[in-house]
Order: sequence, then structure tokens, then C-alpha cells
Amino acid sequence: MSKLLPWLFVAALALLPVAFPDPYLLAVLTSAGIFIIGAISLNLLLGYTGQLSLGHVAFFGLGAYTSALAALGFDIGIGFGLRITLAPQPAWLGFIAAIVVAGGFGWLLGRLAFRVRGAYFVIITICFAQVLRMVALNWIELTQGPMALISIPPFSLWLPGQGVVALYSKAQNYWLVLAVAVVAFLVVRQVVESRIGRALVALRSNESLARSVGIRVTHYLVIAAVISAGIAGAAGSLFAHYVRIVDPDVFLFIYTVTMVIMVITGGKGTLWGPVVGGLIFGLIPDLLRGHAAPEAQWVAYGVAMILFVMFLPRGIVPALASLRPRP
Amino acid sequence: MSPLLRVENLAVHIGGLVAIADASFSVPEGQVVSLIGPNGAGKTTAFNVITGYMRPTAGRILFDGAEITGLSPDRIAERGIVRSFQRTSVFTGCTVLENALMALHRRGSAGLLGALLRLPSARREEARLRAEAWAMLEFVGLAGRAETPAEVLAYGEQRRLGIALAAIASPRLLLLDEPAAGLNPSETAECMALIRQLRDRGMTVLLVEHDMPMVMQISDAIVVLNQGRIIATGAPAEIRRHPEVIRAYLGSGEYQEAGHAAA
Repeated sequence: MSKLLPWLFVAALALLPVAFPDPYLLAVLTSAGIFIIGAISLNLLLGYTGQLSLGHVAFFGLGAYTSALAALGFDIGIGFGLRITLAPQPAWLGFIAAIVVAGGFGWLLGRLAFRVRGAYFVIITICFAQVLRMVALNWIELTQGPMALISIPPFSLWLPGQGVVALYSKAQNYWLVLAVAVVAFLVVRQVVESRIGRALVALRSNESLARSVGIRVTHYLVIAAVISAGIAGAAGSLFAHYVRIVDPDVFLFIYTVTMVIMVITGGKGTLWGPVVGGLIFGLIPDLLRGHAAPEAQWVAYGVAMILFVMFLPRGIVPALASLRPRP
Repeated sequence: MSPLLRVENLAVHIGGLVAIADASFSVPEGQVVSLIGPNGAGKTTAFNVITGYMRPTAGRILFDGAEITGLSPDRIAERGIVRSFQRTSVFTGCTVLENALMALHRRGSAGLLGALLRLPSARREEARLRAEAWAMLEFVGLAGRAETPAEVLAYGEQRRLGIALAAIASPRLLLLDEPAAGLNPSETAECMALIRQLRDRGMTVLLVEHDMPMVMQISDAIVVLNQGRIIATGAPAEIRRHPEVIRAYLGSGEYQEAGHAAA
């Protein structure tokens, strides 16, 4: 892809709310965008290190809860008569906290889980997400359990000439998500197209050989896990302040599956794969909503997925790339 | 002068099987030393232990005077020992140039910050690594194939790339596991020339190889393993005349049988 094309794509997306100020379209694109950020982060692990994390939504949920709790403040007892209290903080601080907390758990999970690989790693990641869901359901004092955290304030931004503005409108949130998605994409690109990225691909391709030339396996897998978890946490924070309600269902397995499908159909291990896959599987269900019964939609969704895996096992982006005539 | 690599009273038991009973040998700096013996004699096991892929049951391995027994492969590589693998071992799904860049990992130091911000130091390092990768590909005669995916290369080219990947990190000690296996005579000659050139560049080479004419021509010293024990050590001319070596391995011309006996 030429250097200019991606920026034209971003510019077109940025101008969309001006050209088509349809709140429904913007809402669909915004939630698709949040999932695309999640898929971009998952791709770093799944696509570039080859490690399947089926608990990826854990980092997303951690980010959502961290950000929501920072914005709402909390006051909890931790035993021995001690209490931890936090006054409500601005949303941007919650956003940073979400990245740090999710990244920290990414580090922990990386250290623990990369000692075991393959199926065991997959199982540990699933358990991790389930445990967090249990905590969110049952630690009522902190998370309100199934009653959910509500009235989460939206993001606010300082704009020249207008002071601090709360982002209530659809278009504003759309732009915010777009901006974070672009940054996430660039972070992953910078990492992948560097010495670190080469080490990750080397490990995926031939681990014994990689170790024999001195690539430290755990070190690089942990770096990838931290970055991936941090970006997923950022997506969770966006979700919390956009939807403005966070309940334990953010840890549901189906969200991980959605992200995995986006990455695999788009093309894992390619930079554009999660974006393309995310646009397709983020938008199709909503675009079909008016035209087909939900049951028929889900069937179509499933058939489309099977067809993708059968005929484009490496994903859409690699398939398109191989269509292009080689110089 | 103390040798670069020193293996002391090495023993490796795999389950009930004694792969190496008691082996001591050393590799002096700047030489090509070959480890030979029938199949199952413990040659690849010795390689695996020296490079950290297996733990020995007993014994010590000293590299440049420091003990490296039991370190992980990547740590051992950082000390300066890099190996090639018996079967063709390249980074599949990546081009030849990418393979070379991956193997150059240890020659760079750019970290996360350098990568994210594309710091000038990281850019300079990247340019340097690319230059080194190209130089190495020129050296092994694969520059013309730089953009080819590694798995598409001809067998002989893949083997050469495998050696290049091990050599590219500029190790002090290079371990080559049957580099000439499956090569035709002219490819074997190229392979030998390559190993000589690497030695002339200052690398010490420990070689496992079944191609006896090649071993006899290229080695400064030969260590003969049989059934997990060293039965002879010496220059090629001595080894050729050594009665026990002839009985166990060289003379009969039936080392397949000897191999079954040893296994």
C-alpha cells in the first residue's frame, strides 16, 4: 500500500460526520471502532507472536472498570478497619490509569502464562477473564456487581476558544475513537516494523532457531503482552466513557470471540487485517438489522465466517495482497 | 593457552538410556574441530547440552573459562555460542533478507522507546543491521535471493542459509550439525569453502558431520564418539589410522550397522 492511501482513508473517515451527520451511522461506527482497537491489540499477540489469548476481553474489561471507577471515585473497606478512598478524577486520568492497569496485568499474565504455551496458555487466558468477571460480579462494594457502574461521565477535552468541553455528541465520540484507533495502529506498526517486531515474528516462525541466535523468548513475549493489554485497556476506557455504563458483561467470552474473528478474517499478522476484519464484522450485523430477522442474520454471519476460513484461510488482506501483480 | 570450549566429564542420561557416558574434550580457539561417530553415538546430544537445549546429568561445560552448564539457549547465544540445526532450519514465511535480519538480533540493541519514536539511534542501528545482513548474504552467495521466501529456496540454498543464520550473529564458537547432509558433491565443496571462510574470519567451529572426506579435509582436530564415550582424539591423520576408530566406525564401511548397535 502506498504511503498516501492510508492517510486518505483516515481523512475520509474523519470527514464522515460532516458529510453524513447520521447519528445512527456514527453510533455503529463508534462501537465498531472501539472493537477494532481491541482487535488491533489482539493482533499483536495472536498475529505476530502466534499466541492465542482467548481472554483478551479481560484487558478490555479491566480498562473499562478502571476508567469508570477513577471517574466515579470509590470508597471501599479492605479489612482491618482500613479503607481506600478515591475522589472522582477527570476522565483522561482514568484513560491513562486504564492503560497502566491493563498493561500491568498484561505483564503479570505474560510472566505467568508464557511459561506454558499452546493449549495451556489458551486455558489460562480464558480463566483469567472468567475470574475477573466473577470479581466484577461479586465485589459489590467496588463494582456494584450486576447493578453496574452507571452515570459514568463522558470524556472531556480542552478545545481552543471553548475551554473544557464534555464530549456528549456522537460525532465528538466518533472522532475521539478514530484518533485513538490511529494512535493504536501506529504504535503497533512501529513495534512490528522494528527489531522487536522481527524478534516476535522469529519466535512465531521457528522458536528453537530464534533462541539459538540469542532472542530472549520471554522478554519479547512479555513486551508484546504489555503493549497489547495496554491498548485493549485504552479501548475499554473509551467504551466506558462512551456507553457510560459498565457491567460485568464486559468480560463476556463472546467479545473475545468477536475480536478473534475480526483478526482472523481480516488477516492475522498483517497491520490492516484487524481494521478490515473489524469494519466487516463490526458493521454487517448493524447494516443487516433493518432487512433481515435477527435469526437469519446470525445464520448469515456464521456462514460468512465459515466461507472466509475455508476460502481465505490467511484472511482478506493477505489474499488481496497476493492479487496485486508483483513488480 | 586454555581452550575456548571445554567439556568436562559430561554425562547425559535420557530416561534409562545413557546417551553420553563420560565425555571430556576441548575446542581450541580458531580451529575447526569435528565430532564424529556412528548414529546414536551422542553427537547431537552433546550439541544440545553445549547450547543449553538439554541439561546434562553430570559434568561441566566451560566457555572461555566461565561455566555455562545449564544456562538457557538464548543466554548461551549471548555469551557467543550459536548453532545450526540438523534438519533444515530457517525462519519460514519470511524472506531471506528478513531471515538474516532476525538472526542479527544480538548485534542490535534498539528497545521499545527507540522503536516507538523511531529515534535517530534506532534508525542508524537499523541501517547498520541492514548493511550487515546484505554483506552476509553476499558472503554466502544468497544476495540474489534476498526477497525470496526462505521456504522456496532450493535445498542446498536453504542449508547454506541455515549456516549463514548461525554465523551472522558473529559467534565466537559456531556449532554446525551435519551442514553437508543431503548435499551433492559440488554443494558440499561450497559448504566446505564457506566453513573455511568463517574460520578465517576468526570463528571457532565445532562440526558434526558424516561426510568423512569432508571431515578429514577440513578439520584441525577430530573427536570420535562411540556409544556415549570418546574413543579417540587427534589430528585427521592419526584418527584415520586409529585401530579402535577403524573398528567402530571408519574401516568396515558399514556404519549403518554400527549405528543400530549403538542405538
